[in-house]
Amino acid sequence: MTHEQPAPQARIRTWFPVVRIGLLGGVVAVYLCLVGIVTTFNERPLIAGVLSLGEASLLLAWIGAGYLAARRAPGGTRPAEVAAGGLAGGLAGSLATLLVLVGSVVDLRSVFIHASPELYDLLTFGLGVAGSWIPIAVGALVGAIAAVVVALPDSLRRPLIGGFTAVVVMGLFAGLLRTPMLTSPLSGLARFLFAPDGLTVAGAVLVFVGVAAAVAIRGPLTARRRYDALPDRTRRALLVPALLVMSLVVLLFPISFGPFLAQVVAIVAIYILMGFGMNITLGLAGLLDLGFVAFFAVGAYTVGLLTSTGEFGLAGWSWWAAVPFAVLFAMAFAAFLGLPILRIRGDYLAIATLGFGEIVRILAGSDLLKAWLGGPQGILGIPKPIDVPPGHLLAGPVQIYYIALACAAMVAFVAWRLRASRLGRSWMAVREDEDVAEALGVNLVQTKLLAYMLGGAFAGLAGAIFAGLVGSIFASSMQLFVSINVVALVVVGGMGSNPGVVVGAIFLIGLPELFREFSEYRFLFYGVALIAMMLYRPAGLLPSRIVKRELSSPEELEATAEGGTSSPRPAAS
Amino acid sequence: MKIWKLGAVIATVAIVASACSSGSSTPAPTSGGGASPTPAASTGATEAPMGTPPTDPLGVVTIPPDEPIHIAQWGVLSGADGTLGTDSKYGVEIAIADRGGKLLGHEIRLTTEDGLCTPEGGAIAAQKLAADSTLVGLVGSSCSDETVGGIAAITAAGLSTISPSNTRPVLTAPDRGPEYAGYLRTAHSDSFQGKAAAEFVYNELGLRTAATIHDGSSYAQALQQVFADEFTKLGGKVLIQEAVSKDQTDMKPVLTRIAATKPDFIYFPVFVAAGGFILSQTKQVPGLENTKTMSADGTFTFDFVKAAGAAAEGHYISSPDFTAFGSEYQGFLEKYMTMFGTNPLSIFHAHAYDATNILFNALEKVAVQGADGTLYVPKGALRDALYATKDFKGITGTLSCTPTGDCGAPVIGVYEITDKEMVKEGFPPAAPIWPKR
Amino acid sequence: MTLTGPGGGPAEPAAARPPGTPPVARGERASVRRIDRLTDLAIAGFLWTFRIGVLLIVVVGSIATLASGKYSLETWLDLIGNGLTLGSIYALIALGYTMVYGILRMINFAHGEIFTAGAFAGYFTAVALAGTGLLNANPLASLLSIALMIAVAMATSTVLAIGVERIAYRPLRTAPRLIPLISAIGASFFLQYTFRGLFGPGIYAYPDIGILGEEVPIEILNMRWVDVLVMASALLMMSVLYLFVMRTRLGTSIRAVSEDRDTAALMGIDANRAIVLTFAIGAAMAGAAGVLYGLKYTQVYFFSGFIPGIKAFTAAVLGGIGNVPGAMLGGLFLGLIESVGPTLFLDGLNVPSPNQLKDVIGFTMLVLVLVFRPSGILGERVARTRA
Repeated sequence: MTHEQPAPQARIRTWFPVVRIGLLGGVVAVYLCLVGIVTTFNERPLIAGVLSLGEASLLLAWIGAGYLAARRAPGGTRPAEVAAGGLAGGLAGSLATLLVLVGSVVDLRSVFIHASPELYDLLTFGLGVAGSWIPIAVGALVGAIAAVVVALPDSLRRPLIGGFTAVVVMGLFAGLLRTPMLTSPLSGLARFLFAPDGLTVAGAVLVFVGVAAAVAIRGPLTARRRYDALPDRTRRALLVPALLVMSLVVLLFPISFGPFLAQVVAIVAIYILMGFGMNITLGLAGLLDLGFVAFFAVGAYTVGLLTSTGEFGLAGWSWWAAVPFAVLFAMAFAAFLGLPILRIRGDYLAIATLGFGEIVRILAGSDLLKAWLGGPQGILGIPKPIDVPPGHLLAGPVQIYYIALACAAMVAFVAWRLRASRLGRSWMAVREDEDVAEALGVNLVQTKLLAYMLGGAFAGLAGAIFAGLVGSIFASSMQLFVSINVVALVVVGGMGSNPGVVVGAIFLIGLPELFREFSEYRFLFYGVALIAMMLYRPAGLLPSRIVKRELSSPEELEATAEGGTSSPRPAAS
Repeated sequence: MKIWKLGAVIATVAIVASACSSGSSTPAPTSGGGASPTPAASTGATEAPMGTPPTDPLGVVTIPPDEPIHIAQWGVLSGADGTLGTDSKYGVEIAIADRGGKLLGHEIRLTTEDGLCTPEGGAIAAQKLAADSTLVGLVGSSCSDETVGGIAAITAAGLSTISPSNTRPVLTAPDRGPEYAGYLRTAHSDSFQGKAAAEFVYNELGLRTAATIHDGSSYAQALQQVFADEFTKLGGKVLIQEAVSKDQTDMKPVLTRIAATKPDFIYFPVFVAAGGFILSQTKQVPGLENTKTMSADGTFTFDFVKAAGAAAEGHYISSPDFTAFGSEYQGFLEKYMTMFGTNPLSIFHAHAYDATNILFNALEKVAVQGADGTLYVPKGALRDALYATKDFKGITGTLSCTPTGDCGAPVIGVYEITDKEMVKEGFPPAAPIWPKR
Repeated sequence: MTLTGPGGGPAEPAAARPPGTPPVARGERASVRRIDRLTDLAIAGFLWTFRIGVLLIVVVGSIATLASGKYSLETWLDLIGNGLTLGSIYALIALGYTMVYGILRMINFAHGEIFTAGAFAGYFTAVALAGTGLLNANPLASLLSIALMIAVAMATSTVLAIGVERIAYRPLRTAPRLIPLISAIGASFFLQYTFRGLFGPGIYAYPDIGILGEEVPIEILNMRWVDVLVMASALLMMSVLYLFVMRTRLGTSIRAVSEDRDTAALMGIDANRAIVLTFAIGAAMAGAAGVLYGLKYTQVYFFSGFIPGIKAFTAAVLGGIGNVPGAMLGGLFLGLIESVGPTLFLDGLNVPSPNQLKDVIGFTMLVLVLVFRPSGILGERVARTRA
């Protein structure tokens, strides 16, 4: 998105929008305080010794207010913009001041547990009521600075914003990167850049300067434009080494980054597998399945029962022998569940499948089936697919990582071929309009059933891999939340688009796992992310072209048709 | 877009560079038969011969002079059960503070990992810990589920963990698998708690028929089964065993069904949410107004008493017997209040304190001081030292670790809720009503 | 369900396929028809087996349980009374779901959290009242306090629901149906964890209100006044709502927009206002339900609303979505099934811990109803689908 200089807004004459943005920013900031984000994240430094993550979040709210207000300043002149930014920031800060003042009179903690003296100290630098003017001042200051940045010419503003964003991002990832880098030749760099949590001051300066310089030297879209300007053949030629590098990265990933990240990626890969399945069921055939976890459970329990060396294991087979059965049983189960309900309409199907998912979970953990399925104690002692001694390269989650990736690639290929096939087109016809599809000779029930069964098969495979990963299965893992997760990641990634599923999984599953220190607020961010995605990018992060067309407005379509970034022709506009 | 590209380039360089290095995060066993370092019989670090750091089959943690000794606490720190893990964390922090934050001349650095009280969560937390080569030892986990999921990774990394609050019997059973080699605990095993409950009901209360309810969690289901088995062995009769789900609110149907069998006693070793509902609704079911009830350590918090309301009077709860703790427990409680501004959130803080001190003691025994101030911690020797703990004077009692990792002094007490305990200041009850001292 | 518009028509019973399905190609005609017929037979057979199976379990189980004489009439009355109380709460929540679905064709996943908000608001009000001693001063004061709690809860829930609608749903009104659904799921998570952040993960217990705990003087019933309160309040609110929707102008506007938004707009009805009103009313019902829930079950925490939310939507579908009396009926029915079902059906079959399976029974009922009577027990009233 290009950031143009805000055109002189002749239409905005009053300060009302600015005031509104300021108040909104203030509400957000106070919300962050009361919900506890500011106090909890205060423990976690962004820049060690200087700025904590909690303080940063507060500042970001005020900066955001200032930034947005500046672009809506009446008159559009520079001084007006700066004033607007300052005003909005100050207003935002004033709500925090209000909180401090009210809190000094009434003990809010009986209702809001985080309205603590600790919070007030943080807001007022420890001065208490005497320092209650501080939030207003700080807010106004950062708001004005944000406004100044808005007013800067592109060549200055972009590096600044780029550097700033990079500092925040690196600060978040610091802990994750530091640990593996310590055992590598880069350990000196790691110690310089990263404190045990967050960036060091020197590191922050370096990152800021470095990224800002990089952005300044080469504008952000130059690379993209140059890429688009290349003729097709060169682009395809570039694709090969790019794919090679990516494959190298993927293959070497667990070796470099260790088993923890391998485990996280393995779980992401399992969800990707399920996402591919859901892509067929939901993306291609339009069946909203909220009971997807039932097939996952069938696959996991099949593998568990067939391979476990514990008391519930039936056969003690190897994992590889059990997997085909897991997939088959999952498919059969899908057929069994699907037959009665596939004639039910869209949203009711969602609730009916949700019910099935819950039924499976309850039955799996029930006393009724305890003797066969282990009840709440679960099935333990599931061996890993490849039996290696500890310390071996493939020990632990690393082997699952490779297996999961291989399966995901295979499933992606299958899904891709299916999409282009007759069956795939039948699915899309059913999704678009069932009546017309039926009139054209598509057997609705068979088609839907096949989609459901295939989705179930992939979910069963994912369950089998999961069983191998964790080594034990509990009915309490088969929650409704898993199904919701899969639907969300398909929609967020881009329905019907397999690359979208990968991106969605990384975004919705991988990131929260990486940031486990924020796990108290994980679902809060998750919810906000879902809403934001739906409001601003309903087609998903990486939508398939068809869906993008369906969801674009007419103007966007025209722009695309004239040679926007997705067209194969060199950008002429 | 630019940031992605930059990030991708950095990541690729980092990956390729570190892949080329010899370092992998999983410790490779050194050639077998490498002599363990021989720490002197006296505690305290010994000087190694110049320039030769010790070797150890499970690996050695090297701590440069200016770096801290890194231990970690893992458990459930968020979510509805977060008080359990947080309470243990506080116990660990008090233990660190009691040492002045330093051990063997190095600062002590405590980090935490959240296991989310699920096996997958425990597995991921354990992997993250196992991948950290600066860690010397762990205290955790909180929930037995987390241990089941994560212990393999921890043992494989050569680390050892002492749990302050896992109570599932199989974790220290004689036939536990090899992946539990790095696992010890200072908490009691539920096989003791269920037995104590059965003995209390049969012998002390003199009741002969009972009903049990579990909430679908492995903890509750195992515990009520132990109770049922022991009660039957003593000569009592378990009339009916029912189950609810953890987030169920309407317990009347279950209780009504139980009431039809007319039991003398209902045992429901569940967690706070379900427990509160069960207890408060028991009194509303005809036939159960005078039935005695008991729950277990999962409900030993004031939240439970508050939730149950008036029905809590006369209810029994089993828990580790605090009066059997040493005299230092009072001082410990005061420190808790000073440092954290609250009464204890759960019941395993003292166990966490003891676990940490056992770890510190073992560290002092096996750590080797290099000539230049570097500290070497051989992980195998540390593990052996942990298992060799004998007659350790902890707050929870005089602790000795069995070969299967049970270090706890399992004295279980049964407490009664009288109207004194039904206000916040009165909880927890001062002394158990059984066993009598 | 399609991306660009409403999905296909309602489900058809297995036998009646549209006659004269056009053949695909000459050579394949016969074999395709054979496969089709086989599939149809398989499905029909399967559905009949399913129907008979469930029926068998229900009938045999019930007979066995009743024959064993384990449970007295009093016990059954207890269970039924309990089910009706629980069902009243479900019904109140279901009203919100059904009305929103009727007017927007959207499952408002965040509705359960609106319920929780009401429960919390009632809690804080109750604590404040208890602090001033008004809560238990005398029966009249208690009743007035309860009325105040319900009022505060209704107000809180309404404001919250209108806010959520404005931010998370209104911009997506023209989007394909899946998009607002995901947004609703996001809103649900957001609200749950906002409550957790604001109020903490602990459990909050409603203060004791003396008169509610006392037994109703009718011996055989074994109910307490709180049960009577819950059922009476629910009935009252639902009746008021029904009259409102059926008899008043605003209510009629809601029904009009539910049936056909564009035509209603042509008739001069402000669709936006009708939609906001629907959300408000549904939320008010849910808020009241929250307080009643807190009064009966005492404990509330940030996650309290999630499962009742799902159950309530199930109840709404059972009774016929978009249908106000249907929601009431569905709620009561579901409550009864959950309370009486496990003991009645499964005890006789010697199923261990049958109450663990109460949700299994509930959802099986739902599937049965959906398969064999897809528009719910009382029939649905939703916007007519467009071609």
